[in-house]
Amino acid sequence: MSTWPAAGYVASEVWKHTCSHWTVKVQKCSVNINMFFSISNVFKLKESKRAVNSIRSLVEEEDEEDDVEKVSWSGEPVGSISWSVKETESSIRSTGEVRDQSFPKIHTAPSLPKNSSGYSLSSLFKEHSEKLLTSLIVYLLDCRWSVHDDVILLWQDYVSDWTPEETVKRMQQGKVYSLEKFRSLQDKLLLLDEAVNAHDGNVITAVLIYLKKSLSKEILFRELITREIALRHYIHYLKEIGEQKLLLMQYRDHLNVRDENKRRDFLKNCLSFPFSPDDATHVQDHYTLLERQIIIEANDKQVESSGQADIFKKYPRKASILNMPIITTLYYSCFYHYGESDGTFSSPANIRKTFRISDKQFLLTCLGARAKLKAWFDVDALFTTKNWLGYTKKRSPIGFHRIVDILQKNNAPVQVLQDYVNLVEDVEQKISLAQKYKCHDVIINTYRDLKDRQQLIVYRGKVEKGSSEYRKIEEILSNSVRRSFP
Amino acid sequence: MAHSVRRDAPELPDFSLLKRLARDQLIYLLEQLPGRKDLFIEADLMSPLDRIANVTTLKQHDVDKLYKVEHKPIFYACENLLEEQGIFGDVTTDEWSFYLLPLDDDIISLELPEFFRDYFLEGDQRWVRTAGSALHLLHSVYGPFSKVYGIGRCSKMAYESWREQVEEGEQRARQAEIGNVFLIDRDVDLVTPLCSQVVYEGLVDDIFRIKCGCVEFCPDVTSSDKSIKVMLNSQDKVFNEIRNEHFSQVFGFLSQKARNLQTAYDKRSGMNIKQMKTFVSEELKGLKQEHRLLSLHIGASESMMKKKTKQDFQELLKTEHSLLEGFEIRECISYIEEHINRQVSMVESMRLLCLLSLTENGLLPKDYRSLKAQFLQSYGIEHLLTFSNLKQLGLLVEQQPGETLTVMESRVGKLVNDKTAGKLTDAFSSLAKKSNFRALGRRLNLVPKSDEEYDLRVPRDMAYIFSGAYIPLSCKLIEQVLERDGWTGLEEVTRMLNGHEFAVTAGSNGSDARVKTDSQRIILVMFLGGCTFSEISALRFLGREKGIKFIVVTTAITNSARLLESMLDNHA
Repeated sequence: MSTWPAAGYVASEVWKHTCSHWTVKVQKCSVNINMFFSISNVFKLKESKRAVNSIRSLVEEEDEEDDVEKVSWSGEPVGSISWSVKETESSIRSTGEVRDQSFPKIHTAPSLPKNSSGYSLSSLFKEHSEKLLTSLIVYLLDCRWSVHDDVILLWQDYVSDWTPEETVKRMQQGKVYSLEKFRSLQDKLLLLDEAVNAHDGNVITAVLIYLKKSLSKEILFRELITREIALRHYIHYLKEIGEQKLLLMQYRDHLNVRDENKRRDFLKNCLSFPFSPDDATHVQDHYTLLERQIIIEANDKQVESSGQADIFKKYPRKASILNMPIITTLYYSCFYHYGESDGTFSSPANIRKTFRISDKQFLLTCLGARAKLKAWFDVDALFTTKNWLGYTKKRSPIGFHRIVDILQKNNAPVQVLQDYVNLVEDVEQKISLAQKYKCHDVIINTYRDLKDRQQLIVYRGKVEKGSSEYRKIEEILSNSVRRSFP
Repeated sequence: MAHSVRRDAPELPDFSLLKRLARDQLIYLLEQLPGRKDLFIEADLMSPLDRIANVTTLKQHDVDKLYKVEHKPIFYACENLLEEQGIFGDVTTDEWSFYLLPLDDDIISLELPEFFRDYFLEGDQRWVRTAGSALHLLHSVYGPFSKVYGIGRCSKMAYESWREQVEEGEQRARQAEIGNVFLIDRDVDLVTPLCSQVVYEGLVDDIFRIKCGCVEFCPDVTSSDKSIKVMLNSQDKVFNEIRNEHFSQVFGFLSQKARNLQTAYDKRSGMNIKQMKTFVSEELKGLKQEHRLLSLHIGASESMMKKKTKQDFQELLKTEHSLLEGFEIRECISYIEEHINRQVSMVESMRLLCLLSLTENGLLPKDYRSLKAQFLQSYGIEHLLTFSNLKQLGLLVEQQPGETLTVMESRVGKLVNDKTAGKLTDAFSSLAKKSNFRALGRRLNLVPKSDEEYDLRVPRDMAYIFSGAYIPLSCKLIEQVLERDGWTGLEEVTRMLNGHEFAVTAGSNGSDARVKTDSQRIILVMFLGGCTFSEISALRFLGREKGIKFIVVTTAITNSARLLESMLDNHA
């Protein structure tokens, strides 16, 4: 075994990882440990079941109206080993086993690994071995198991803990060994020192792999600093395996980088990962975005504190723009940097182009920001297009009913709202929106254009008597008598 | 509810026993360490613990201070952490085997919200044994069960784990209180938990989040300056009557109730002293209590109404129903797009995207790319990780270019009798993660025709929980299997659900397991990965129709927000 190259252990480690359920068969020790698990489980379950049954009988004795507070434990605590032993003994004597119902096994693929138990070993190890043995034997008798090889092995293993020296020797000799027993820090370090003393690089690496798995990075490094040979082994091992984590998981690590400059640099490193073309674009965007946010943030912070720009004085920034999504950045830029030339990083146009923002998205964001500032002129300009004759027309990639909705949510005044309500094509929708937002003019004009005298009269009843809209309806109604209405 | 109720439904077993069991085990653990001690509690365990033992109980057993532990190492991980920190051996640990928390007469929770992500996303089976043990506990106390039906890989494993535990233990012959069991994996039906809930209890959960059967109503609801915590269960008589109702029916009910209350109070006016005395001693307390509850639920309803109106709930529901029906999908897509563009609630956007993908068997590559890009622009590029999680779970996927898989599948499918071919189809379908929602919907009549009027006052089927638009797949499966006493005749359905269905009967060695007792009409349904209040309401409806009672055991109560938030990976 000692003639194996160092990579031998590495390889076997990797192999063990890839097919972990095989280790049961390969390593004798783990078989025993697993045996232990299942016995401990059975044991605990028997306990809890007894507890259940004993409570049940308590409950059944009680009144139907059970008051939870009344019940308390009496006598020996249920579940203690000694109690359990007594219980078991008595049950052995009086087992009138009722096994009337058993369920068939069904095929579960992939099969349930035997060591997926959810129980801790500690409770068993904690007990005195003497007691433990008694309980085990009683249990085994109870189950009418023949005491076969596995059980004897189990016992032997339990009593014969190998010392660090013995373990290292066994490793060198290629015999069965187990490192899992070395759980306390002190035991681990004794083992490592023993391995280093044996001058067997292969064993050192094996021990280090185990320590890496079972100790936190900080503690391991703290201890390795005073052990140079082990440390150099460890570094070499890390280089050799060059841990290939999932790309995205590595990208995820940027979330752990607090400092924005370091985070940007981290993202820059991620650019070289072989992401799918689709994701590569997004990661590239992420890097570009943060890079620009750093520039914008530094600049705006300075401008804001110097008190040069009115906009920052009027609307002080509530938070930094760093690490915000692209659309939030665009909104920010439409809010604080509207009208800047395309060349600046902070201009809406530049952000739009750099991140390939759709017309619809751009309009929605811009609209939100300008409406918030009550810059109705800017809002107007967003929709205005000129044809070659110089006539202007309002166009929108989104239905005007949605625009009205957004403006209304931004507290636009009726005068502004009605302009957009007027642009809604569907007449019914137009009227219902106008009614919702009390754009009287729109309603009155629409009914007038529809020559709907009846609706106008109805509407007259809804508005305040003597108000301007009331007078307007009166006027139309009296005019129409003479002209269009029959 | 205004429909015929079968009067012969059996009584539910008493589950307060489970609470006592957990409490006594905890006390036993505390007594193991004599003298004064401090207790460290994991944050997630605080609410469940509250339901089981109060601070007085803990103080009685010499607990001095209580600390909250934020990190959550479990099982071996717990020991590993101690080991990693070099303090193994200085600390002893005990395990409190606390499996089941009865939240109500018919709801038992394992309080494992992490189950969904751990099992379905990470493929970690650490909780499978726990589920098996929970089932075993129920079996020991309320069993023996005579039949177990199930669907899903995890259900199978939980069944096996339970069966092994039953075999290892001894059996006591006793009268069963629960006869049948149905196990179902959450990923068999992912559509249902993603739908907006419109039944009162579900809506309360969606808006205020019910935690361990307890909800915190904000000042908005209580119309005072502080919020209050309220237990929501069958003990609350007002709540008990509205919990399963469609929200639109709740207002009418509450106002009727308020009128009745007024009449009861008004009786006082014509009373003489003696009558008044009886009234005060016998009725007043009850009326006051009812008054308090009534104003609370009226407050909650108003607040929910306000919140939903602000959110344009009608339009949202319309989109959802179109998705379920497969109608005007382009319009739905632009609705979702605008939702994303306007940076409205991220989880809501994600929910709609997932519903679109699940109902349409994945998004067209063009749509997938564009919606994903816009989502990342609006909510942050780090959600790349979320997308990869959603894809892995099959919640949000891109349709495979070309029909290669389908062709392959159908070709292999022709050889269904061949076992290997069966496995192959299995492998292919799990590879493609197809939800087959449309086909399942047709086969099981999940989506009633939209042109028919649906009277929500007199629900005719379980679809009422979604305004008549959709019968939850999970509950429909349960109904069908119970009706057929197994999966016979549902072969096509189970094939579309990736199989793993089973139905087993206890081998009766001489005993008469098939006797029709009340226990046969008590069905325990175990959801592995969580279930929603809407599903519970649907099952209660089904139970009333069929004269049976359902007991819902779930790893946790879930809803769309909880389910999707567990998919997020955007924090350090």
